[in-house]
Amino acid sequence: MSVMSGTNFDASKLTALQKVTLRAVVMSFLFYGLASIEGTLMRMALINPSLPPIEGHAAHYFSIMTVHPIIGIFGSTYQLVFAAFMFLIPYLTKKPLYSVGVANFVWIMITLGSALAWIAAFVWSYAPLYTLYWPLPADTEQFKVIGGIVFIVGVALIMVGTLAFIYNIYATIFAKVGIHANKTTKELLISGFGIDGMLNLINKLRGKPPYTKEPALSLPVVAIFRGTVDTFLDALVILGAGILVLVYLIADASGLSWNVHAIDALLYKNFFWWGLDLVADGLVLIYVAGSWYLLATLITGEKLFMENVARAALLLELFVSWMVWSHHLLADQGQPEMMKLISGEMVTAFELLTQGLALFITLMTLWKARPLKMTFPLKYLLGGLLGFGLAVPAAIIQADMGMNRILHNTQWIIGAHVHIALLTGLYMTLYSVVYVLWPLVTNDTKLYSTKLANAHYWLHLIGSIGMGAFMGMAGLEGMLRRHFYMDGEFRTFMILAGISAIMMVTAWVLFMINIIMSVGIKGLIGIFLPAKDDTATFGIEPQPSVVAQQKA
Amino acid sequence: MTFKTSVELLAFHNVAYTIYAMLIISVIAWFAYNLTRPQKAKAIVRIPFYTYIGFLVAMGVGHHIFTYNTIPWVSEDIMRHNIKPDKTFDIKIANHKFEMPGKMEIKKGEKVLFNAHSSDLVYGFGLFRQDGTLVSQMQVNPGSKNDLLWTFNECGEFDVRSTEYAGPEGNNMFVKKAVIVTGCDKGGKS
Repeated sequence: MSVMSGTNFDASKLTALQKVTLRAVVMSFLFYGLASIEGTLMRMALINPSLPPIEGHAAHYFSIMTVHPIIGIFGSTYQLVFAAFMFLIPYLTKKPLYSVGVANFVWIMITLGSALAWIAAFVWSYAPLYTLYWPLPADTEQFKVIGGIVFIVGVALIMVGTLAFIYNIYATIFAKVGIHANKTTKELLISGFGIDGMLNLINKLRGKPPYTKEPALSLPVVAIFRGTVDTFLDALVILGAGILVLVYLIADASGLSWNVHAIDALLYKNFFWWGLDLVADGLVLIYVAGSWYLLATLITGEKLFMENVARAALLLELFVSWMVWSHHLLADQGQPEMMKLISGEMVTAFELLTQGLALFITLMTLWKARPLKMTFPLKYLLGGLLGFGLAVPAAIIQADMGMNRILHNTQWIIGAHVHIALLTGLYMTLYSVVYVLWPLVTNDTKLYSTKLANAHYWLHLIGSIGMGAFMGMAGLEGMLRRHFYMDGEFRTFMILAGISAIMMVTAWVLFMINIIMSVGIKGLIGIFLPAKDDTATFGIEPQPSVVAQQKA
Repeated sequence: MTFKTSVELLAFHNVAYTIYAMLIISVIAWFAYNLTRPQKAKAIVRIPFYTYIGFLVAMGVGHHIFTYNTIPWVSEDIMRHNIKPDKTFDIKIANHKFEMPGKMEIKKGEKVLFNAHSSDLVYGFGLFRQDGTLVSQMQVNPGSKNDLLWTFNECGEFDVRSTEYAGPEGNNMFVKKAVIVTGCDKGGKS
């Protein structure tokens, strides 16, 4: 065992599917580290603005704030989720991935795109923030045209990679091979949208036999299918906004002076938030619900509790996620009141129901299978459930016309809601997926240290909840989320949030040490070398090995 | 029960959410502990599935009904087009600068309409107390009506700060003591 050779990892024995999965995972965790360091730099600047590298420069601070979510959401989360799903779909459907080449294209595009967006902010201080509120991204008096073009090209590459992922997923699901050789496209579509679950429920209420006893697609595949619809729509909206910005920037570079007010700022905000919200309220919640269901069944080896309800809830989320964007516009007085009330408040409140259902079904599946060993997948899954248990009610509270008036754009939103949802809820769930898939994608490689893994768990859990909570408390005292405070305002909360951020960076370092010591530097390089075995499917066996380990 | 100011509302919110956070952390910790024990745990309380679903629906909808009935600015905001304000202040914003109509002096209890207009970027209009806490705010979009009707139920001097990012230069968009509210009892806030 050494840092060069790892424990018992052998990259030369990996299949093409395993290698492409691991490549994206490696890039994802490198980007996570970058986002984590960026976040900590911003936290430090809010404690002492003169600290390097920001040194009191607002332009530098907001450049970091612009790329931080691009690196965190796209560079890290998208890569990790896409990698996991392009491995899981073949694994769950027992069919080959449509194309390993396309899967390679996906991680390369997202890596290149994220790097370009980062370079645009680092080199040219391009800083319109991820919200891209029109006409700020096309404001060439504040930002250099070249910075804007590089940033938008970067985001466009990420979206091209995203579209390639979507194509690969649907091409695999709809392939008429293996267990789906005799299925029609209609049957797969009905199952993919969760309609069969809804029909089963209706038939049960009417005392009729179920519509189908054996749905064409397993529940986690349904969640991936459904979430990917939102990923597609979101990619179209972000690409559309990017093209608009790019056209204006190129016009400016060509010496043309186009009127930016030809585009209505509020209408653009509606269009952009409709798409962007599909990431948060569609993609994240649906993918997360699907991941919980998968993890609960893999960890327990049992069937999911109330599976038909879960399928129907995914169908309900289809409509809910498309109609909630107005909760981002409750402080916009030009937004029609009825849209605020219906989309911003009432439909948004349904997310408490859909996510509450997912939480309940997952907990019940685990509870019915007890006693269970407290393994890493289970431990992280519980952390993820807790994260959303904290963050979703926080979201419902702020999606209210009364509360939003005093919470909008404060640190409450980005701390108590967004960062707890992402860092505690989403990442703890993703770490659970990583630990479940670890033996499958690395051919049962022995983890270097369980002590390091435990330290990572507690540092990340306490750090993420702590940071979100202290930011939230500062928000309740009036601290804004998109303002660089330079006179020591809210310092006590910022010191506590800063300590929590350092805990999370430390957690990431320990996690990386553990992974590198397990696979070794040679193994790490080997992951990126061409695969000798071009197999694009995985382990057509009755049960994954993790199930046997899990049962007490 | 009515919250007269954002301070009262946020204090209530702080306590309520902290209690909830402690509760959900305890539930998950209790659940995790009992998940691994060989002997079956006795349920503290048995909640039927449909009661749980009913609870979620009631909380989701009830929260808005509660705020509508306890926060005075909700109905005022929805009905602002039909309410005649006691005073109106027009605020212009351009090139990361506020152009205010001098000192904005208001009597406690007056209904005041802040009409903000941006001629270039998306900004924010936020009213803050001297201790930094937020009184109220709105987004200011170019090309749209940005009207905030507000009744001050407290006295004091209030700062104006942009609550939306409009580029690094917007970080300095701050007007100290732009609004003065008088009319309270001597030495008292209300």
